[in-house]
Amino acid sequence: MAKYSIFSLLRNARDDHQNWPRVWRSPEPKDAYDVVIIGGGGHGLATAYYLAREHGITSVAVLEKGWLGGGNTARNTTIVRSNYLWDESAAIYDKSLKLWEGLSQELNFNVMFSQRGVLNLAHNQHDLRDLSRRINAIRLNGVDSEFLTPAEIKAFCPILNTSPKARYPILGASLQRRGGNARHDAVAWGYARAADARGVDIIQNCEVTGIRRKGRKVVGVETTRGVIKTGKVASVAAGHTSVVAAMAGLRLPIESHPLQALVSEPIKPVLDTVVMSGLVHVYVSQSDRGELIMGAGIDAHNSYAQRSGLHTIEHMMASIIELFPLVSRLRMMRQWAGVVDICPDASPIVGKTPVEGFYINGGWGTGGFKATPGSGWAFAYTIANDRPHPLNEPFALERFSSGRLIDEHGAAGVAH
Amino acid sequence: MLEITCPWCGPRDETEFDYGGEAHIDRPKDPDKLTDEAWAEYLFMRKNPKGPHLERWMHACGCRRWFNVRRDTFTHEITAVYRMGEKPPGDGA
Ligand SMILES: Cc1cc2nc3c(=O)[nH]c(=O)nc-3n(C[C@H](O)[C@H](O)[C@H](O)COP(=O)(O)OP(=O)(O)OC[C@H]3O[C@@H](n4cnc5c(N)ncnc54)[C@H](O)[C@@H]3O)c2cc1C
Ligand SMILES: [Zn+2]
Repeated sequence: MAKYSIFSLLRNARDDHQNWPRVWRSPEPKDAYDVVIIGGGGHGLATAYYLAREHGITSVAVLEKGWLGGGNTARNTTIVRSNYLWDESAAIYDKSLKLWEGLSQELNFNVMFSQRGVLNLAHNQHDLRDLSRRINAIRLNGVDSEFLTPAEIKAFCPILNTSPKARYPILGASLQRRGGNARHDAVAWGYARAADARGVDIIQNCEVTGIRRKGRKVVGVETTRGVIKTGKVASVAAGHTSVVAAMAGLRLPIESHPLQALVSEPIKPVLDTVVMSGLVHVYVSQSDRGELIMGAGIDAHNSYAQRSGLHTIEHMMASIIELFPLVSRLRMMRQWAGVVDICPDASPIVGKTPVEGFYINGGWGTGGFKATPGSGWAFAYTIANDRPHPLNEPFALERFSSGRLIDEHGAAGVAH
Repeated sequence: MLEITCPWCGPRDETEFDYGGEAHIDRPKDPDKLTDEAWAEYLFMRKNPKGPHLERWMHACGCRRWFNVRRDTFTHEITAVYRMGEKPPGDGA
């Protein structure tokens, strides 16, 4: 892997940047691998990278039916935070946040992680009490979180409508200063490049259509580019997790829904933090290009179409304009949707399954981008050792029959 | 936005309806006798297919009655609407 640095920039400037090496290879699939990963999103690529880097397993293929980052990785609003309520969530999301903090150096690829802070707003007395409880729980877990009064909020984020007469009055907020944003596709590309450099085969335009089993054991996968033998298959297919699990004969507690986002025309810098409101279901940040990036709630019905209804955006825009009056004069430029895989407790499933050699990492729903590094790290451990790491053990499929759910619905608010 | 034909009120916008998820999940007759796995199966496990899906809708802003729909989760095409308690027409899903 040619290292990126100021010197490589200068060297490549000499020939007008025409001769940069390819960022990763595009090999033909081999007949067999030790591990086959289904899904070349951030989580799948991170899993491949940590398999190679932490566990020395390099006979790994990442099979992606489309292109890298064509799924939710590059469709999401990139909010990164770890201010979750329950201990299990705090542990895995904060592990992730710590990995984010060193990720650009680790991958030698600028993932543009920007710790600009994440504000969660409270609009009524109930919100306020819940927020205080959460701030305390989060701090007890050693994660940073602080309370801001309306006056402090106004100073921190002047474009918010903090008038007591507002449609959604702002009574307080929690602030996680270590939270922020990252560059979505750079995360996929950075992990892909670093995994490729360690020998992982990244194979795009290769859809898995079946999982071959002998008895209770996985023996291979069928793909649009032929059959591949392997003893370990890891599903990291996000919105398509149920579809892949069905290939192994499993039913999951997951439903897929469209989740959409949109961006405004670019404007001068007005927002240097991330603002979320669970009550009115919006989350907003400003990109480096100046666009306001805004996310909505899910459409109610199950769907695998990467599109969703206008009424969902109308609902979101109505709230945004109340919170940020200046938005009323902005044009919206692009709108899109991704398919998110939602569990009943709004927590993911990361671990082993009743099928030997078949591992699942999914159900991250509307909020898995932030978890990309930690999820890949813990999942790689699970695959390499055939047992979960303490970080992902609570997120086992068995919790739905044992009753040990990790209910993050209220805790996560908008759940991103 | 979907256009859904309520069996009682006719075609209306999706915004008039509430979604009720997968249809034809019968509540177990004798919950006390169920294993934890069987209870989890009833409560949480879902088909979540990519393709035809049998699902429930409720006409919240109209007659407030529940009914079943067969809708493709990839194309969003609705190919059947039938009443509660009825079997899906044709080959089901
Ligand atoms: C609009 C929107 C906003 C969001 N905002 C946030 C946010 O602010 N913060 C946050 O933390 N999270 C957010 N999320 C959630 C986050 O995007 C996802 O939880 C996360 O990206 C999922 O993991 P992934 O990146 O690996 O998924 P993906 O990038 O979707 O990767 C899965 C891949 O699997 C591939 N695949 C599926 N089936 C097959 C098959 N049979 N064979 C081969 N390949 C297959 C798909 O093509 C896809 O590329 C948001 C999501 C959306 C849609
Ligand atoms: Zn009706």
